[in-house]
Amino acid sequence: MGRKKIKKKGVRKNRRSREKIKAKKIDPSSPKSESKKELTISAIDDGTVIDHIPSDATFKVADILRLEKHDGVVSIATNLHSKSVGSKGIVKVGGKSLTQDEVNKIAIVAPDATVNIITNYNVKEKIKVKSPDFIDNVVKCSNPVCITNNEQVNTKFYVVKKDPLKIRCHYCERNMGKEDIQII
Amino acid sequence: MDFKNRDIISINDFSKEELLHILKVVKQIENKPKNNLLKGKLLATLFFEPSTRTRLSFISAMEQLGGEVLGFADSESTSRQKGESLWDTIRMTEQYADAIIIRHPLEGSGRLAAEAASIPVINGGDGSNQHPTQTILDMYTILKTKGKLENLHVGFVGDLKYGRTVHSLVMALSHFSPTFYFIAPDALQIPESYLDELFQKKIEYNKTSDLTRFSRELDILYVTRIQKERFPDPLEYEKFKDVYTINKSFLQNVKKDLKIMHPLPRVSEIDKSVDATQHAAYFEQAAFGIPVRKALLALVLGKVK
Repeated sequence: MGRKKIKKKGVRKNRRSREKIKAKKIDPSSPKSESKKELTISAIDDGTVIDHIPSDATFKVADILRLEKHDGVVSIATNLHSKSVGSKGIVKVGGKSLTQDEVNKIAIVAPDATVNIITNYNVKEKIKVKSPDFIDNVVKCSNPVCITNNEQVNTKFYVVKKDPLKIRCHYCERNMGKEDIQII
Repeated sequence: MDFKNRDIISINDFSKEELLHILKVVKQIENKPKNNLLKGKLLATLFFEPSTRTRLSFISAMEQLGGEVLGFADSESTSRQKGESLWDTIRMTEQYADAIIIRHPLEGSGRLAAEAASIPVINGGDGSNQHPTQTILDMYTILKTKGKLENLHVGFVGDLKYGRTVHSLVMALSHFSPTFYFIAPDALQIPESYLDELFQKKIEYNKTSDLTRFSRELDILYVTRIQKERFPDPLEYEKFKDVYTINKSFLQNVKKDLKIMHPLPRVSEIDKSVDATQHAAYFEQAAFGIPVRKALLALVLGKVK
C-alpha cells in the first residue's frame, strides 16, 4: 500500500511539470547517506533517461551519445546511491530518442542500465538493455598492433564473459576487460 | 573430413578431431609422398616480415608436390610501400594463385586476409598472435617422438609472454589432458588469459621461474628464444636474454626419454653440447615442417581428404 501511495505522488508531481527528481548524495563520512544534503536533477518533458549506469561508466555513456554536441537539456549525475547496484549514474537527455545502435553500445559499458523513454514528463516505455554476445564495430581494440588499428576494417569482438565483462578481438584474439574498452 | 578451401588462421579454429585428422594426413604424406599431387597449382607466398624456415619449407613442400610458387620475401619491394592496404594486396593476389601463405607483423592480419580472399589462406605468423602450421608440426613432433599426445607432462621455458608458438601449442595440447609447467621470469610469464582457459578446462598447470624445479617431471621441454624484436625497451631485453640455458648439467636430472623441442632459431638458450644427446628433438622438429606443410597444402587445395 505504502509503495502505491509514493507512486501516485510521483505521478502528480509529473503532471505539475515542475517535478524535481531528488537523489541522495553519497557522503563518504556517512556511508548510510543519512546526511540531509541533496542534489536535484530537473525532470525532462520529452527525451530519454538512462538509469542504473555503473558510476564508472556514466561518462562513457555520455560519450557514446555524443552529448557534448547535443542542443537540448542534458543532466548527468554520478556516484548516486543505489540499492540495486551500490553506486550508479543517471543521464537525462531532453529531446532525444536513442537509436538501436546507441542502445547496443550502452549495453557494453552498462549491461544493467534501463532506458526510459519520456513523453510529457511520463515514462512511456522502459527498456532493459541487453548485453550482446557479439560486438560489431563499436569498440576499438586496445592492442596497438592489431590489424584493426592499422587498416580500415570494422572491429569485431566476441563476449567471452559478461560479468565482469571480457571480450575477445576477432582479429588479434586478445582479450580485453571493461577497463580497456574504448568506444569508436 | 573435407578441408578444401579451408583457411588455416588460428589453432583455435580446429577441433580435436580435426587436429587428429590433419596429423593422420601428415603421416600418410610422410610415408608415401605423391610427387605430382599439386601439379598445376600455384602458391603465393606473401612475407611482409622475414622468415627462413616457414617460407623455405612452404616453397619446398609446394615444389616437391609438383606445384609452383610466386611471391616476395619482404615488404620493401611491394606496393605496400606505396600505401596499398593489405585487403587490396590480397584481392589482387587471389587473381594470380590458388592459395596464399601470409606472414605479417600485425596481429589479425591472417584473419583479415582470409576474409578478403576467396581462395584458401594459410597464416604463416601474425605478430605474436598465431602460427598454426608451426603448432601442427610441434604436435606432429610430439606424436612422433613420444608415440602419443595424451597425458603428457609438458614444460615451456623462455619467453612465454610474447611467444606465439607457446600460446598456440598450449591451446592445441589442452585437448589431450596434459600437465603444463610454465618456466619463465615473472615479466615473461604466460598471459593470465591462457591460465583462465586452462582453469576452465580443468587442466593442471604449474608456474615457476626455477628451471630445475620440475625437471624430473617432464616428458617434453619446449624451449623458446627470448625474442628481441618483441621488446619495446632494449634494456628489458638485455635483462632477460640469457636467463635460461639448457646444457648437459641440466640433463643430469631429467627423465631418460625427455625430448627437448625448439621452434628455432635459437640464440643461447640451448647449448650446442645438447645437440648430440638423445634428448634433442629440435632439428627433427624442423624437418617435420615439410610433410606438415605438404599435408596442409594438399588438404586446403582439395587434393586429399
